[in-house]
Amino acid sequence: MAGAPADGGFNIHPMDQFVVKGLFSGEAPSGLADMFMITNQTLWLAISVLCIVALLVWGSRGRAMVPSRLQSVGELMYGFIHKMVEDVAGKDAIRFFPYVMTLFTFILFANLVALIPTSFSVTSHIAVTGVLAMMVFLTVTILGFILNGAGFLKLFWPSDAPAALKPVLAVIELISYFVRPVSHSIRLGANLMAGHAVLKVFAGFAGALGLGAVFPIAAIVAVYGLEVLVAVIQAYVFTILTCVYLKDALHPGH
Amino acid sequence: MEGDIAAMGQFIGAGLACIGMGGAGIGVGHVAGNFLAGALRNPAAAGEQTATLFIGIAFAEALGIFSFLVALLLMFAV
Repeated sequence: MAGAPADGGFNIHPMDQFVVKGLFSGEAPSGLADMFMITNQTLWLAISVLCIVALLVWGSRGRAMVPSRLQSVGELMYGFIHKMVEDVAGKDAIRFFPYVMTLFTFILFANLVALIPTSFSVTSHIAVTGVLAMMVFLTVTILGFILNGAGFLKLFWPSDAPAALKPVLAVIELISYFVRPVSHSIRLGANLMAGHAVLKVFAGFAGALGLGAVFPIAAIVAVYGLEVLVAVIQAYVFTILTCVYLKDALHPGH
Repeated sequence: MEGDIAAMGQFIGAGLACIGMGGAGIGVGHVAGNFLAGALRNPAAAGEQTATLFIGIAFAEALGIFSFLVALLLMFAV
């Protein structure tokens, strides 16, 4: 680990906020014995799930014909994702709507809860986003072979290219297919991590500057606004790419 | 600190890897700018294409994220 030196006025380490620690012991989990340890990571995972439950179950408990404010937020989200699945992945992909909706709400709330000061950003860890992306990748691959059999391989064989180019393009398609889970997970994780690290770097400037700290604090406010935008957009992008990949599984060949 | 060639290479490499993010910036700007140019010509068709816009931005951005990741790996994992 070659981090910044701790001397001088600049002593907030921007990456320290991502350290996974036991909630009670304060130490990093190590080995199999700590597999079920309650860490800050699991705490904020639970909090984001509880927020989803609060919005979707408690918020719409009235089941009113004219929705209350919370219920209409939930309904808007539901309608938004429903339309996205229909438009991007096709009408017959609607049976995967629960999965896509779960992904969207989970990522959205994990991103937004992470923006509370002193909280822990769950989705900035590649371990979390990697599992989400790997599940999408495995679902798409297995589903593609179940639904289409060997016909799923047509995805890699461009039909309207010159014959001499086809093998080259097939290799490129194959590589880009296997890079999908990598880019899918790292996009979300790295965007969140970069944003939160930037906030911490500006916080370090504010600590070092004394009275001049007004400028870094103004910058923090601006970057924070940008981060709210990034949190929503990254959840949206993750979900829409899931829909694009699902379309490949349902309708291969292009 | 003298003679710490490996650490020097690490920092220089991380800095060089960040150049790749400039390429992603050009790419994302190109996507968004062309979308805006098209949307202003035909605003009626623009609303349906925002999904395509975000997919394009996501793909362009992914490569910049890769270079950011290389920089992070050089700084903290090597």
